[in-house]
Amino acid sequence: MGRIGLSRAYLVLLVAISCACSVAHGLALQAGEERMIADGALGHAGGRLVIALRSEPKTLNPALALDEPSRDVIRCMTADLIHINRGSLKTEPSLAKSWNVSRDGRQYTLRLRHGVRFSDGEPFNADDVIFSFQVYLDEKVDSSQRDLLVVGGKPITVVKVDDYAVRFELAQPYAAAERLFDSIAILPRHLLQSGYRAGGLAQEWSLSMPPSEFAGLGPFRLKEYVAGQRVVLERNPYYWKADRAGNQLPYLNEVVFLFVPSEDAQVIRFQSGDTDVLSRFSAENFAVLQKQQGVKGYHLDDLGAGLEYNFLFFNMNDLAANAPPEIAKKQAWFQDLRFRQAVSAAIDREGIVRLVYSGRATPIWDQVTPGNKLWLDEKIAHPARSLEHARQLLQAAGFSWKSDGALIDSHGNLVDFSILTSSSNAQRTKIATIVQDDLSQLGMTVQVVPLEFRAMVDRLLNTHNYEAAVMGLVSGDADPTSEMNVWLSSGETHLWHPRQEKPATPWESEMDRLMEQQLVTLDYAKRKSLYDRVQEIVAEELPVICLVSPNILVGAANRVGNFRPAILVPYALWNIEQLYVQ
Amino acid sequence: MLTQRKKLAWAVVVLAAFSCVVLFAGFFAPYDFAAQDREQPFAAPTGIHFVDARGAVHIRPFVYGPRDAGSGAASAAADSEQIFAIRWFVRGSPYKIAGVFTSRVHLFGVEKPARLFLMGSDGYGRDQFSRFLYGGQISLLAGLIAAVLSVSLGIVTGGVAGYYGGWIDDLLMRGGELFLALPWLYLLFAVRAALPLHISQWQVFLLLISVMGLIGWARPARLLRGVVLSAKERNFVLAARGFGASDAYLLRRHVLPQTYAVLLTQITLLVPQYVLAEVTLTFLGLGVGEPMPSWGALLSSLQQYSVLSSYWWMFLPALLMIPLFVVFYAAADALQELHKSVPL
Repeated sequence: MGRIGLSRAYLVLLVAISCACSVAHGLALQAGEERMIADGALGHAGGRLVIALRSEPKTLNPALALDEPSRDVIRCMTADLIHINRGSLKTEPSLAKSWNVSRDGRQYTLRLRHGVRFSDGEPFNADDVIFSFQVYLDEKVDSSQRDLLVVGGKPITVVKVDDYAVRFELAQPYAAAERLFDSIAILPRHLLQSGYRAGGLAQEWSLSMPPSEFAGLGPFRLKEYVAGQRVVLERNPYYWKADRAGNQLPYLNEVVFLFVPSEDAQVIRFQSGDTDVLSRFSAENFAVLQKQQGVKGYHLDDLGAGLEYNFLFFNMNDLAANAPPEIAKKQAWFQDLRFRQAVSAAIDREGIVRLVYSGRATPIWDQVTPGNKLWLDEKIAHPARSLEHARQLLQAAGFSWKSDGALIDSHGNLVDFSILTSSSNAQRTKIATIVQDDLSQLGMTVQVVPLEFRAMVDRLLNTHNYEAAVMGLVSGDADPTSEMNVWLSSGETHLWHPRQEKPATPWESEMDRLMEQQLVTLDYAKRKSLYDRVQEIVAEELPVICLVSPNILVGAANRVGNFRPAILVPYALWNIEQLYVQ
Repeated sequence: MLTQRKKLAWAVVVLAAFSCVVLFAGFFAPYDFAAQDREQPFAAPTGIHFVDARGAVHIRPFVYGPRDAGSGAASAAADSEQIFAIRWFVRGSPYKIAGVFTSRVHLFGVEKPARLFLMGSDGYGRDQFSRFLYGGQISLLAGLIAAVLSVSLGIVTGGVAGYYGGWIDDLLMRGGELFLALPWLYLLFAVRAALPLHISQWQVFLLLISVMGLIGWARPARLLRGVVLSAKERNFVLAARGFGASDAYLLRRHVLPQTYAVLLTQITLLVPQYVLAEVTLTFLGLGVGEPMPSWGALLSSLQQYSVLSSYWWMFLPALLMIPLFVVFYAAADALQELHKSVPL
């Protein structure tokens, strides 16, 4: 009797403790809740992390967010079904605890975690998944995720199997289908459905709405938004991940995003200890920060080549009749492979690495960077810079030189053109200036024209009123499927000649075939050999002249534990649920 | 009286000498303004020595050679073994005198592979000193032409307004005030955006001048209107009018000569202002493009925190501009004092 009384007292005590925990540090495990155990060093609870954003997030609505600051905040507040682990670059279970693929590669059945709850305490189940994909696939919502979810020209269909299982059906086999789910945030049906039915989601989840209107499955939830100053997130007490010791994640109590409008200002705030984590900054600023690395309480990491590739390309569009005639005239040079080869041979890639990136970059000759080890074609040649070779190529293509060294084509026209760059990107303008100097040694007159980014993109993709441009692209994923838009001749970002009805050149049609084929091939080795061939075509035909891939540079205060930056976006905060402060 | 004259004379001599150096920048600059040394970005000013590592004294000043041509980052490190004397009248990169004659002779220089960066090098390894001199060609010329342009416009409008008065005066002066009140910077951005992509450096230069000159006419016009207004009421002018002199004769013979000193003072005051205006416009990306140097372009790299905090020699162009402007203002000051003491 006494023993029973004792155990009852124990029970009461335990309940009291667990209640205390729920106030201080989340809720105790509920019956049937399947928590995911995250690997990584054990941390301790509490504290807050301060991070600078380049601008205010435009929205916290995952279906509408296009800008990086919005996505950075949303990532902390939401979760996906299958996640790409930024450390290993492989997929791992997230809200889906397991999945299987039908033999034909067209059906994916995902089993969802039981007992998971949104940050407002409402339970999560298959209906939320169905609702989320309904939103993302709705053409009226016009979400950027929709493009990803259209496979083989048809949108993915989503079928509810039971409350904790969902089946996705694809129109054709799709090599990297499970990677598609990464970063597709699951939305709370109980909060958004009425708004969605009433007229789309455009009004939902703007920053001005009260925090109680938001709920997500991410490690943090909205606490406060102060216009022009900051967004504050607090820990989600219902989060479904735990560390190896069984402690519920996240460790941090708060994450504060400050709005600091320029890179230089962000560097200064980080240097003075106002912010804890810094990513997306230039090699020059890396050098500035490095000088005080030992003195101040922060450390810097150079992760080596990322997935960004910077390149020069020429206007090879079929110009409409109203296009400026001088551009059409110059296209005769741009479309001559020997001209592009000569330009490529004349550019001092090592010089760009040294002058623009202080050595923190890698010269490249095709679109896959050394950071992408799974897909890099090692056989691509890396010819050294040779003005001599460039001159021979130009000569062979009918160019010649006047007595003052200026290059002229076979009709006697002076070879001069302009290179567009984005004025907001100091590195690319610098690259263009170096290219200008390199090409002047071949007798070409080149002008660098920095334009506001949107004005530049409008010229590149819509009006085609430009001659050449220096641009950079960053893949969202290491897998080639994320590059479909760039290499398919019908693609929107097939930069040198976008949205072709049918491929303009034989090598573009070969590239189309290879890209389509790798998309439906499930075997990695076969896909690799297909994509290797795409890289070869890029290196041989030079539709874009790849120049350099900058290293991923990050910094963090020493007191931040579990800081494991990665080369995929978001470089520094991908494991924010495991970050802790010492 | 004499001291003001002396002050003016000195100022004119200094300005003339400086203009001469800038005009013949090709000769005075050791390198071409666009020549990049990619091994040496942001190199500190080259040390000039008289005493070598062994303690031997050299009559010719000398610099140390680069330590290792291959390692770019070690730009500041110099090899104390290799000595390169600074030589006079060396042959180097070709340049043009007055746009016609080609020459290769530079006033001073060192043999390759050594480099003489008197004011350090910029992010592309280009010699800042050479770029400062070449940049002066654009900036000073732009300042001078724009000043003459705006003062000429000023004398026409101010003269007409002051002399004729009435509704013409109102129209011109209210128009001038409107000009002063316009938000020019935003208009300039709009103008630059509307221009075609491909405009040559000369067109940009002309644009800069005409923009500065056209915007600036209102202030001198107001000043000159006042001078003309008081000049036309002077007794000898009234007397001449009484004898039946025509307006054109009166303006030419009696009124405009009285504005002469004010005009000169205005131009001397406006030149440095317009040089600074060019600096501002280029700083904002409205000036001449790479690789052409102008003083504004030289200073615009200071926008970056990394440059600002790491490379003190990038400030040198700004420091050199200060004494130059002081001389300009001294000249304007002396002119004004002289003008006061000239009996009208």
